[in-house]
Amino acid sequence: MSRRDMVAGATAAAALTTLPSGARAGSAAADKPVMAKVGLTVNGQRRELELDIRTSLLDAAREHLHLTGSKKGCDHGQCGACTMIVDGRRINACLTLAVMHQGSEITTIEGLGQPDNLHPMQAAFIKHDGYQCGYCTPGQICSGVAVLAEIKAGIPSHVTADLNAPTEVSEAEIRERMSGNICRCGAYSNIVEAMTEVAGRQA
Amino acid sequence: MKFDTPAGQNPIDQLKVVGKPTERIDGKYKTTGTAAYAYERHDVVPNQAYGYVLGAGISKGRVRAIHVEDAKRAPGVLAVVTTLETPRLERGMMNTAYLFGGDTVQHYHQAIAVVVAETFEQARAAAFLVTVDYAAEAGKFDLAVEAKGAPPVPSDSGEGSGGDGEERVGDFEGAFAQAPVTLDETYSTADESHAMMEPHATVAAWDGDKLTLWTSNQMIAWGHGSIAKILGIPKENVRIDSPYVGGGFGGKLFVRADAVLAALGAKAAGRPVKVALTRPLIANNTTHRPATIQRVRIGATKDGTITAIAHESTSGNLPDGDPETAVSQTKLLYAGANRLTAMKLAHLDLPEGNAMRAPGEAPGLMVLEVAMDEMAEKLGLDPVAFRIRNDTQVDPQAPERPFSHRDLVGCLRLGADTFGWAKRNPRPGQVRDGQWLVGIGMAAAFRNNMVLKSGARVRLDGSGTVTVETDMTDIGTGSYTIIAQTAAEMMGLPLDKIVVRLGDSDFPVSSGSGGQFGANSSTAGVYAACVKLREAVAQRLGINSADAVFADGEVRAGNRAVPLGEAAAQGALSAEDTIEFGDLSKKQQQSTFGAHFVEVGVDADTAEIRVRRMLAVCAAGRILNPKSARSQVIGGMTMGTGAALMEELAVDTKRGFFANHDLAGYEVPVHADIPHQEVIFLDEVDPMSSPMKAKGVGELGICGVGAAVANAVYNATGIRVRDYPLTLDKFLERMPDAA
Repeated sequence: MSRRDMVAGATAAAALTTLPSGARAGSAAADKPVMAKVGLTVNGQRRELELDIRTSLLDAAREHLHLTGSKKGCDHGQCGACTMIVDGRRINACLTLAVMHQGSEITTIEGLGQPDNLHPMQAAFIKHDGYQCGYCTPGQICSGVAVLAEIKAGIPSHVTADLNAPTEVSEAEIRERMSGNICRCGAYSNIVEAMTEVAGRQA
Repeated sequence: MKFDTPAGQNPIDQLKVVGKPTERIDGKYKTTGTAAYAYERHDVVPNQAYGYVLGAGISKGRVRAIHVEDAKRAPGVLAVVTTLETPRLERGMMNTAYLFGGDTVQHYHQAIAVVVAETFEQARAAAFLVTVDYAAEAGKFDLAVEAKGAPPVPSDSGEGSGGDGEERVGDFEGAFAQAPVTLDETYSTADESHAMMEPHATVAAWDGDKLTLWTSNQMIAWGHGSIAKILGIPKENVRIDSPYVGGGFGGKLFVRADAVLAALGAKAAGRPVKVALTRPLIANNTTHRPATIQRVRIGATKDGTITAIAHESTSGNLPDGDPETAVSQTKLLYAGANRLTAMKLAHLDLPEGNAMRAPGEAPGLMVLEVAMDEMAEKLGLDPVAFRIRNDTQVDPQAPERPFSHRDLVGCLRLGADTFGWAKRNPRPGQVRDGQWLVGIGMAAAFRNNMVLKSGARVRLDGSGTVTVETDMTDIGTGSYTIIAQTAAEMMGLPLDKIVVRLGDSDFPVSSGSGGQFGANSSTAGVYAACVKLREAVAQRLGINSADAVFADGEVRAGNRAVPLGEAAAQGALSAEDTIEFGDLSKKQQQSTFGAHFVEVGVDADTAEIRVRRMLAVCAAGRILNPKSARSQVIGGMTMGTGAALMEELAVDTKRGFFANHDLAGYEVPVHADIPHQEVIFLDEVDPMSSPMKAKGVGELGICGVGAAVANAVYNATGIRVRDYPLTLDKFLERMPDAA
């Protein structure tokens, strides 16, 4: 996201909070939602939406585009189930408004692969049983794909010992970087194996 | 099919498909985001509106008034339903607190209103325009205070543990007084939240007086009957559909407010409504595993033979609620002639305590297995050897009752060998690896095996495909896959010729998912239905069913070999049956066993605890799918590690609620907390359990693992903390190198 987008988004949010609210909530109740047009490229397809500006990127996908692969586990950026890859970086889609993403390139789990055309990470999750109930799984997989790209790009993490040496894929790096994606079923051990295998194949 | 004699040889024993580490058949949907969970069922009914639930802002008292005028005028709002205009609704199965209706507030965040609007954003905004007047009352919120004088009460967790308020064998007090070596310690475990990743969610649609709920529920038949009772409508008018459940762990055993308020909201709005509980509502609005205070006394001879054992647990709950059955395993795990167990229940006005993964055994073993570690040290015995010395092959309370199959000793020995237990330094605080104090601990795992009646319908079509329908649920347990494996084995088909449809109340009633009874019970139901289908196939083909062999997609008898699909060439063949269990489980005790081994490092300066290695060895009858069963066990090990090290719903004892009610405040294990986990299954069968010869494994993994972590922490530091979770603040002052 560019700095200008950030300012535009912040302005929209500020405008929302300064809408006249009247002496009591009575007049606020009569206010119509503020709508805005936003154009996104989702899984390679250009999508034009007109949205209530309070709509999160996650709800834009789930409720408006009916792309329900990205999950809502907390709506607070605490669980990672909503992880999408936006302009090459993974983000919690519940913590960002859709209108802040004019022109963004967005990849959701549906864009990585389909049941008969699996992405290597999806196939590795199946092979290593890196999921159980399946609810955190799309977020884990999107995060997993992005994490390997981050390591490849030399972006360090908290456990990276030497900032001057090339970052290597290790179990410690995977565990650290994946820790924003909670799996309550407890498939972590298997997810690390799946990611390690994909990383090995990529190298 | 009645199962009342031990299973003999049957087609499952071929193990061509069953018993193989098969990838899940639902995997390609779950990993691509195409498995649709309750809130995502855009396909099932058009024109869905959004409901937003409001929870009470007090912990006890009455709602005097709810001001909804502003909310009703807000843009997009279709309806507001409040608890004051709704008579108090009946409770469903296993509900302690009321879900909705009336002016009484029993606990914080009890649902008091739902706002329905065209969009989620509008419903949420309007909900914040609702104001409420309360008449708050004082409540009881502090277990430590209320535990004093709490009476013993009988209980059944409904999930395989329970008993009388107090149970005695022999003369515990006398034997304990005479024992040369004794232990008497008190421990506490915290309130815990299921914190499943998918919030409770429901889409509700009325068609005249008929209601359909697309929801997230572990027990379809219970939910089906319960929602009818709660809403006061005939059961025949309700359908529940729950093909994917994003985690349950006991939190979705029953109908909750999402389903009730979606139904009421849909009625009021005159169109379909979907409701998800917001994450901050879940900890206080729904159920949790109650905190416990547990006292254990063990008396033994100098050679380590237990002569007296007592385990007493006190927990709290709302009126009509049950105690946590934390002493159940102590009735069966170790020998000893003189015994006492007791469950005491204090009245608390906190949210409802109810079943969470291995209710009873999970918190009970966190305590008993630490006490056993402490006792072994007092005796100067190796903890593994101490447990082996006190093994029993019969129910210690009823010695005429043997275990159907029990190889706890095998688990302990194999685990010790595999983990390198012999290298453990029995003196705590001696091993150092750089900044880390390193320790190893172990604990026994134990969980009863329950069997529940379970039905299924199977249909063979002309293409040779068999479709299985049952209201069984897959909550991450692997039900889809093991049911497909069972049908494939029985009908001699490859897995890709089996279609499995689950979670619909229109399907035959199954065991459902809970209490680790689902896998064995539901596949036994599918077995029974397949036995009938085999007979129907043989009859259609004019073959004596006793001679028919079902293999490689064919039915063979003598020189004749017919493709299975031909039996359905003139029309599909259908069969339905229910497995019903006789008294085998009463004559012999059916339980599952295991041994946990854990290595931890404790930072010498900060007392930060890191788990370094974990191993579980499990004995649970035939393992239907070692891949998904292993996942169940590592999942239990992960959740149990959370219980040991971090999970605690923090009680605000003044205002009476769980203060850390979201996933930032209520900490569960994340990737960085969990190392590589090993699981070994003993190769065994239990013909007393079912024709599948399998037992439950979904909860065994959480049983005992917390104690193994705690024992490892003690071995690393020499500090014994008896108050879970073992957070670093409880160690810091006492750390070996600290001043």
